[in-house]
Amino acid sequence: MAQDDTSGADLVAADSSHAAPAASPGTAVIAADAFENPGFPPHRPRVTDENPERQKRAQRTVYTLFYLSILGSIWSIAAYMLFPIESNDVGMVRLNNMFFGLGAALALLAIGFGVVHWGKAVMTDVELVDERHPIGGSPETQAAAVQVFQDSDRESGFTRRTAIRNSLIGALLVFPIPALVLFRGFAPQDQLPVPLLSHTMWKKGTRLALDPSGVPIRAADVTIGSAFHVIPEGLQDLEHGKLEEKAKAAVLLMRLNPDELNEREDRKDWSYDGIVAYSKICTHVGCPVALYEQHTHHLLCPCHQSQFDVANHCEVIFGPAARALPQLPIAIDDEGYLVAQSDFTEPVGPSFWERH
Amino acid sequence: MSTATTNAPQKRSFTAAASVYVNERTSLAGFVKELGRKAFPDHWSFLLGEVALFSFVVVLISGTFLTFFFQASMVEVHYDGSYVPLKGVEMSVAMASTLDISFDIRGGLFVRQMHHWAALLFVAAIGLHMLRIFFTGAFRKPREFNWLIGFVLFVLAMAEGFTGYSLPDDLLSGNGLAIINGMVKGLPLIGTWTSFLLFGGEFPGTAIVGRLYTLHILLLPALVVALIAIHLVFVVVHKHTQYAGPGKTQQNAVGPPILPIYAAKAGGFFFIIFGVLALIASLFTINPIWNYGPYDPSPVSAGTQPDWYIGFADGALRLIPPGWEFVWLDRTWSFNILVPLIAIGIFLVLVAAYPFIEAWIKGDKREHHIADRPRNAPTRTAIGAAGVTFYAGLWAAASSDILATHFSLTMEGVIHALQFVVIVGPFIAYFVTKRVCLALQKKDREIVLHGYESGRIVKLPGGEFIEVHQPLDEYDRWRLVSFESYAPLMIRPNARGRITPAQHVRAALSRWFFEDRIAPVSRGELEASHHDEHH
Repeated sequence: MAQDDTSGADLVAADSSHAAPAASPGTAVIAADAFENPGFPPHRPRVTDENPERQKRAQRTVYTLFYLSILGSIWSIAAYMLFPIESNDVGMVRLNNMFFGLGAALALLAIGFGVVHWGKAVMTDVELVDERHPIGGSPETQAAAVQVFQDSDRESGFTRRTAIRNSLIGALLVFPIPALVLFRGFAPQDQLPVPLLSHTMWKKGTRLALDPSGVPIRAADVTIGSAFHVIPEGLQDLEHGKLEEKAKAAVLLMRLNPDELNEREDRKDWSYDGIVAYSKICTHVGCPVALYEQHTHHLLCPCHQSQFDVANHCEVIFGPAARALPQLPIAIDDEGYLVAQSDFTEPVGPSFWERH
Repeated sequence: MSTATTNAPQKRSFTAAASVYVNERTSLAGFVKELGRKAFPDHWSFLLGEVALFSFVVVLISGTFLTFFFQASMVEVHYDGSYVPLKGVEMSVAMASTLDISFDIRGGLFVRQMHHWAALLFVAAIGLHMLRIFFTGAFRKPREFNWLIGFVLFVLAMAEGFTGYSLPDDLLSGNGLAIINGMVKGLPLIGTWTSFLLFGGEFPGTAIVGRLYTLHILLLPALVVALIAIHLVFVVVHKHTQYAGPGKTQQNAVGPPILPIYAAKAGGFFFIIFGVLALIASLFTINPIWNYGPYDPSPVSAGTQPDWYIGFADGALRLIPPGWEFVWLDRTWSFNILVPLIAIGIFLVLVAAYPFIEAWIKGDKREHHIADRPRNAPTRTAIGAAGVTFYAGLWAAASSDILATHFSLTMEGVIHALQFVVIVGPFIAYFVTKRVCLALQKKDREIVLHGYESGRIVKLPGGEFIEVHQPLDEYDRWRLVSFESYAPLMIRPNARGRITPAQHVRAALSRWFFEDRIAPVSRGELEASHHDEHH
């Protein structure tokens, strides 16, 4: 096995001689009559070492793989030209991706297997033995390093001149703070988060409109059992901040049989003829609660499986959410369209520190 | 390098001439002499770290190509590319340029898919590499710092993955960011402002993709490259660990030389990893953002999944029972978000600190270069199994809805079962693993003392059948006996005659670790057993 180094017998001897300043073994049990390392077993030649025919075959395999790799690369270049992406044809994208990629894969894999096979079967099977040295270096080197620190401490007076040292530490602690202040610019200077989080685009008289078309919804069009994805009318015409407003104002509209609807006393007039509107933004971490099960009147958040019971003012019946979905008070206007009575009466979406 | 041998009259070879030319301008000869023929121990499990390294190289190469085409802007445009179903749809420039990479640039989809697959493999390989290090005790002195560096790399790799996943600004990545926004807002005191600053105002805003892009292609990769460099320098300084075997000691490193065999195998392996990723990217679609559409806070599809390595965090959120949030001191305390974060935080800190804890309990100040067989450190292996079970439970919870629909179970049933797995499962895994390790150690002793079953059945004169046991040769025996066991710590008063609380804790932990000690067979025991058999 080892060609240029010690035999096993020497190694066992080296075992004990090496550990000059023996480190503590802690609670390790060092057995007095433990077995001794028998040293390296005899070297076992490979098939390719003993059989010239196999050696030749291995060499042929290696260079065949390398030629195959060249073919793969050429194929890849050809595929780039043979399978252009024709406009509006997804099938050609697929073919381009697949044939270009298969050529590249062949080119790479053939090199990889070829080189590894060269290393394992053809290259001389050498195994070397390196001696390890303590990572800390010699005791003299360690002592010299400690001496450097002690000398520089004495010469600078770092430990002795406490007033200088401590004031420096103080200055070093304070100097990054101005850099932290700069981070205030990460958000608009003229806005504060809490008022923004507490209000949405809904206000008295805003019509409920279909998401995403923005067509207003008539109460008469909402049949029992149906559910609508709703945005405030006018949202789609916003120049700026459309997504930010939508992220707060998205609403689910459902019509239940009024008998099945169990409304809170103070919210009796928030619905219209069994039609209720609730915020679509989950009170857990803010995914859209988009899945409505008509039979059970349950809303399910697809992200973390919180479930809300629409028949019982959208209280949480399962999952990690803690609060009911906020309800949007609705009514109908003169033309029979559904409108909001006001904004939500509480912040929508995930909880935040200042919310109460 | 072999200039000293020029006393021979023969002509210098090209290799020699070229290396002399380079060396006289770089002084690299010392480096080559030192490293070129270093022995590199060999084992299949040592490849896991290489998989991580090589898949990262693929990530760098493919990612660089993508930066030439991707535009990290959230300005709204109307899509006007080749993919017909989305024509005219309003989306951000980030999404539109990602679609262009996929549908209008030949080979663009291939590179994008390779980038994503390679990133998934990168994190997976780091995880497996860490498990190999853990279960073989390769984190022991002098490698504790390298364990920490590797741990930080694991966290950075997940951060790289998440920032990259969020860049295309499609429906799924936007939903991922919505979840991050919700979690950040749940943090006490700093949450609201942190979210506000992170997103540059209200969620989703128009800043986040650009900011994540800076992190994704500048800050995080710089850290990853720097830490990988340090990680590898330490591998050279420490030399690689090796498994116990005849001739291998704590004072040597045995294996093929770096040049040429190790270089050939590792270099070839790089091309194999690259090739496998190319094969996957050419055949399997990943993250088809064109099916999801641009980000919109309103729609979401059922069965959405994060990339696999974020699963454990997402799963932790899902396992919290309803109602873990209340208002106190006029402020909202969101324990449904804090508890998962704290649990994951403690788990990660324990992972990072484990080498130091074990070293403190053992008090062993020696260097360890022979990797343990997992069975020979039963408590450590059992702790590892408990940790894996905890992680796996959280990870499975990220797919709770898919588990429920695929196996026709109730959503509630799956969540309750996984709550059980996460809380009780680690204890079960711990006890089962520890018993299995001890049983395997006993079997090893049995084999050393009485030989292995040869399969040869002999009928004795009395009519009794016995199976002949074949004794081990000294090389095979060495693999089974060359380990050390540790005894529980005895508490002793210190110099002032006192026993400190830390001593009590250490002794208790030591008892927990080592009370079920099985020692390796000694020479005396083997001789005694031979005497028994001769009677």
